[in-house]
Amino acid sequence: MDAHILEKLRAIVGARGLITSPEELRTYDSDALTNFRAMPRAVLLPSSTEEVQAIVRVCHREKIPFVARGSGTGLSGGALPVENGIVISLTRMNRILEVDLANAQVVVEPGVLNLDVTGRVEERGYFYAPDPSSQSVCSIGGNVAENSGGAHCLKYGFTTTHVLGLEVVLPDGSLIHLGGKTLDAPGYDLAGVFVGSEGTLGIATKIILRVVKRPECVQTLLAAFPSTNEAGAAVSGIIAAGMLPAAIEMMDNLAIQAAEAAVHANYPNCGGLLLVELDGPFAEVKELMSHVNEICRANGASEIRLAQSEAERALVWKGRKAAFAAMGRISPNYIVQDGVIPRTALPQVLSEIERLGKEAGLRVANVFHAGDGNLHPLVLYDKRIPGQEDAAEKLSNRILELCLAAGGSITGEHGVGEDKKKMMSKMFAEPDLDTMQRVRCAFDPLQLSNPTKVFPRPRLCGEKPGEYVPHPLESAGIADRF
Amino acid sequence: MDRSTSTKTVAVMASLEESLRAIVGPQHLRVALEADAVAGVQPGIVVEPATQEELASVLRLSNDAGLSVIPRGGGTKLGWGNPPARAYLILSTSRLNRIIEHVWADLTVSVEAGCTVQHLQDALAQHGQRLALDALWPARSTVGGVLSANDSGALRLRFGALRELIIGVTLALSDGTLASSGGKVVKNVAGYDLQKLATGALGTLGIITRAVFRVHPLPRISRTFSVSTQSFEQSQDVLNAVQDSTLAHTALQVRAAADSLPRVDVLFEGTDVGLGAQEAQLRKLLAPLAKSPSTAWNARQDLWNGSDSAVIAKCSVLPAYIAKTLNAIQRLGTQHQTRWQAVVEAFGIGWLRLDGSPENLISALQELRAQPESKSGSLILLHRPSALPPFDAWGNVGDALPLMRAVKQQLDPKSTLNPGRFVGGI
Repeated sequence: MDAHILEKLRAIVGARGLITSPEELRTYDSDALTNFRAMPRAVLLPSSTEEVQAIVRVCHREKIPFVARGSGTGLSGGALPVENGIVISLTRMNRILEVDLANAQVVVEPGVLNLDVTGRVEERGYFYAPDPSSQSVCSIGGNVAENSGGAHCLKYGFTTTHVLGLEVVLPDGSLIHLGGKTLDAPGYDLAGVFVGSEGTLGIATKIILRVVKRPECVQTLLAAFPSTNEAGAAVSGIIAAGMLPAAIEMMDNLAIQAAEAAVHANYPNCGGLLLVELDGPFAEVKELMSHVNEICRANGASEIRLAQSEAERALVWKGRKAAFAAMGRISPNYIVQDGVIPRTALPQVLSEIERLGKEAGLRVANVFHAGDGNLHPLVLYDKRIPGQEDAAEKLSNRILELCLAAGGSITGEHGVGEDKKKMMSKMFAEPDLDTMQRVRCAFDPLQLSNPTKVFPRPRLCGEKPGEYVPHPLESAGIADRF
Repeated sequence: MDRSTSTKTVAVMASLEESLRAIVGPQHLRVALEADAVAGVQPGIVVEPATQEELASVLRLSNDAGLSVIPRGGGTKLGWGNPPARAYLILSTSRLNRIIEHVWADLTVSVEAGCTVQHLQDALAQHGQRLALDALWPARSTVGGVLSANDSGALRLRFGALRELIIGVTLALSDGTLASSGGKVVKNVAGYDLQKLATGALGTLGIITRAVFRVHPLPRISRTFSVSTQSFEQSQDVLNAVQDSTLAHTALQVRAAADSLPRVDVLFEGTDVGLGAQEAQLRKLLAPLAKSPSTAWNARQDLWNGSDSAVIAKCSVLPAYIAKTLNAIQRLGTQHQTRWQAVVEAFGIGWLRLDGSPENLISALQELRAQPESKSGSLILLHRPSALPPFDAWGNVGDALPLMRAVKQQLDPKSTLNPGRFVGGI
């Protein structure tokens, strides 16, 4: 990249908004998936939509690929820079612009942290429902890119459920508004396409979020089972009884050990731990929780505990949310996967994971959102042992293939990013991917916005939409235009 | 079809029709009748493929021949949007009506687009489940049709609109491509969310051939309560009080009309014990409260009864502006001599029926649209009498219209599908 381009960029964001020194750039060479690294030529820290637009216009004119970045907590390499490209970090755009509880909405800039949205509205009894485990550090802009979920999306839905509207800088630098403060804006649901597009369609600079009234009562139950099979049967029982819990989480013994070592959540030591949370009106929660209790007992739960205070409930969740990081306590290295299976395939997929783990000589810890079948198998390995990293990666991919064979997905909430793009052609047929890329071409014909992610191979956008080209039949005088 | 169709074009059509007959079988292609007209535009033929592959082939051949295609499910909402600019072929999904797979233990169902909503609901109910959607005319409307028109009612308050219920889709594009996105699992972020793109696109990007939904358990018990209010402001206060409470209501609406006092309806679903407690809490909040029959929730559909000469519009406003909007409707109704009735959901979407002379209706509509649009809302036309002067069904689309056109250009470059019916002439 020429020095004069860097000068232009410096003029937009000021000297303090431009990072070019190799030492400082290293902070940005990966997201939380650190096995992919690439050095950008520059990192820009814009403070306003206008600055983002100006940067993107330069990139568009000079055909420089750019990658938007939030807090860098992503687990799929979605914010991995393009080598020698530009990283646009949105962390300085972190203002909550509007709180409108009469309409249950909050307008934020992309750098606002997930938990801070709830922080602004909780006094009035509201909360922002999507709760990825990283919610105290991850940004709304990143959540929008990844369509982040969390433990409570079983009942409350995902980021896309809670995004009403977006201000977006398109990859040519133009500014558009998708969705809005009211529902069903006329036209295509492009906000629905944008959320979860992993930064490949442009950069969100303002987001209108829906917030939710906190229920009257929340109860969390812990049930210890001999193995994940019994715990899984209890989950099926709960669903079959017509209940929709706010969350159902499951951990196997290895995950329990790690969480215990890390945060002393006081979990029972067992083969399969179930965490069931119900929320709603007090009388109903109380009644349904007694059913959950019965179902757990009937399926062989040896110990059942109902969190007796908010502090106990918080501790139960702390253990669950710390589970990934806790792996560091029991293994020097690990790979987190994010496959999804139809919940009914759980026993069969888990026993197959166990078999594959044994075959590879590696331990696999399982932490998952059992209500919606989102598995988070953690493949444990030691990088220092020759061959183990390769074996772990292979095992990890085999697990995703298992998920696909069971009718599931390669990712439930972490995104495809760099990490799983090769798996996309195992999940989708060529025409499916091609159609998605045609949509991408409408947003980003030059393919500058996070260009190397999500899709296994690029697709040329061909001719830009332009003037009418007569059909051969028409040219030959065989058909008319109507 | 253009009356001055040239002889050559007639030859193209004849040859196309022969190819289409070979695909679907002669008994599934027929000349269109007057009853097949779409908003006054008379199509040439009706084709009923049996499989999505057949449908895609029919679409591709029509597209290659430069002939326009109008997708049709139950035909209940064909008048929504603007009249088509051209209409040669009605592509009916009536034979694509299978429920492919209901995995009740996973709370998911895969279904073909031509399956009626009622047939789907009946099948789900056998396992105590439902698609949490109160669509219009469920006995006739199809899955593909409600998705394309993005039709949802009062249950949206609790369960979201179709965009929150659809988890996978297969689309036939005008070039014959069959493309799927999403999948069979509720939680899935792999690839672009084309199911949301197709929902509400009025069949202008592709024809939905299959959909996968997340389903919900049927409620054990439902109860409806109503309260009469003296003014729209008081109705708004009731809506605000219920929405800001910790009640777990499933639906909440206002029924209003030019000549009667507004009523607010609240729906609860749950267990017997739970509902008892909720009723007690609601009684503390609102008085005097009456139990109502569940028919209160038919009010939206009832707007269409005997509506040949009426206008029906869908209005979207901020939830806090419902009373202001109703006041404006009242004022403009009087001013333009139009009678009106409305059903407005607490989340800000309302359906408005206007009765009056075509001249009065058009002048009322023009002024009415300015109301929601000035507060970031919208008013779109769903039903219009044939005598109504031209009026764009959609209104202001905002600054994303060029991008919408670009998406259309990518997926249906020859504008084969439903030309002219959608926003901005798409």
